[in-house]
Amino acid sequence: MTTYLNPGLPQPAPAPDGLDRPYWEGLQDERLLVQKCQSCETWQWGPEWVCHSCHSFDVGFQETAAQGTIYSYERVWHPVHPALREQGAYLVVLVELPHAGGIRLVGNLLGDPERPVEIGLAVEGVFEHHPDADQPFTLLQWREAD
Amino acid sequence: MERSLRGQVAVVGVGETEYFKRGQSPDAEFKLALKAILNACANAGISAKKVDGFASFSNDRSDPSRLAAALGCDELRFSNMQWGGGGGGGSAAVANAAAAIATGIADCVVVFRALAQGQFGRFGQGPRRNSIAGDMAHTVPFGLMSPAQMFAMKVQRFMADHGVKQAALRAISLASYEHAQNNPRAVMYEKPLDEATYDASRWIVEPFHLYDCCQENDGAAAMILVSADRAKDFANEPAYVLGAVAGSHYRAGAGVHNTPDYATSTFKTLAPRLYEMAGVTPADVDVLQSYENFTGGVLMSIVEHGFCTPDGCNEYFVKERFVAPSGALPLNTSGGNLAECYMHGLGLNIEAVRQLWGASTNQVRDASVSMVISGPMVTPVSACIFGKEAVL
Ligand SMILES: [Zn+2]
Repeated sequence: MTTYLNPGLPQPAPAPDGLDRPYWEGLQDERLLVQKCQSCETWQWGPEWVCHSCHSFDVGFQETAAQGTIYSYERVWHPVHPALREQGAYLVVLVELPHAGGIRLVGNLLGDPERPVEIGLAVEGVFEHHPDADQPFTLLQWREAD
Repeated sequence: MERSLRGQVAVVGVGETEYFKRGQSPDAEFKLALKAILNACANAGISAKKVDGFASFSNDRSDPSRLAAALGCDELRFSNMQWGGGGGGGSAAVANAAAAIATGIADCVVVFRALAQGQFGRFGQGPRRNSIAGDMAHTVPFGLMSPAQMFAMKVQRFMADHGVKQAALRAISLASYEHAQNNPRAVMYEKPLDEATYDASRWIVEPFHLYDCCQENDGAAAMILVSADRAKDFANEPAYVLGAVAGSHYRAGAGVHNTPDYATSTFKTLAPRLYEMAGVTPADVDVLQSYENFTGGVLMSIVEHGFCTPDGCNEYFVKERFVAPSGALPLNTSGGNLAECYMHGLGLNIEAVRQLWGASTNQVRDASVSMVISGPMVTPVSACIFGKEAVL
């Protein structure tokens, strides 16, 4: 299994207070879990302890399809982290999930980093596992949908 | 009773240290703060012992209690930090200081910012830890970690939505560099920039070339504020605070790039309140200092303050419009964060006051309404308008 970015970047871990733990655990099982208020059904991301709509604290995590559209993107050229010194250009995308209240997730767009990118492009999730990390984790990456 | 800061408080002194490239300051950060404050007091003609309040932003490390002790201030009555990072608090610190004076909490407040990045590590760098949690865990592993990378995504979306071309960003950068050539204090003095050099410069992150990004500097800046009824006792002509606002729109702070209104400088809700308080319109603004962390933030700030429509950027953003003294909207007349110095934007507030005093190195003729936009794209952001007595 190769990864999109060269190894050596900081490894994500669940927040010490547990706020986003279901998200990270879900990814390891190839499931995308994001917040959906159990009281008023409002989708919510980034994770928070309370529903921004109805103020219920019962903001459970709901599985949803890893499919979306590109809301914005950027092609990075200048490496700011030593691990990316030999990386060359790479694409970061902000993906909107229309079926989940339009919440957005950040990831990389797999494939040629110098490809043209259009806002609105349909993409689907790819689970990028990092089993050899000190604390194994999985990232949700994106590729152009078939 | 109408609640407004308009005309109640004035800037009567400004001070700066020498500006250095990042890590080059021979002085400790706290010493830089002291020097800037003492310079501002000398400029105002007041003893630093009479300062009774301090206001800063962006987690400045120079603690007001230590400053007041070091300077032998008679009494400390206001010790204020605006929450939020970047330069979003530059004009908020002015607003907070003015509010404290207007309501009788303090009499003489210094707004300051000191930075010695060599001493305390750099901005704009990714984290060096092995493991990362919280909001950054959702961005850093994808190589999204520096301010340029955080903001390019907003600007990219705005430019795509409105068909904005790269030349619009370039015009902002060229104007700053042109102004810096007349400002011997500017770090980019005698380092002119032309279109070809901009175009040939490397990408940092699209749509930002190298020259779209601010510098990193060491130094300190300070301003002395007093109430309007005392302001005329000072040697400098009072630069009155006409209006000052800080904040952000609905859920601007939603995590992982989830603010509902995304492609924005964060000023849409603030700008109308600013103009209302100040009692002016965009057409009344003689000169503008607009914080350039990145040129794209300036672009959206100018749009959201009503100087141009979102779809009119390609026509509006031409260098000639922004260059003093002949341009219709002189912009960043000291060279700004791009070419004078990156003092988290407080240098922009000082330049705005200098324009009212007729003391800029790129002076706008008869400037009487002088505006500052601080720290676009973060939350909270802030802005203020200074004016001469004639416009009160
Ligand atoms: Zn709810």
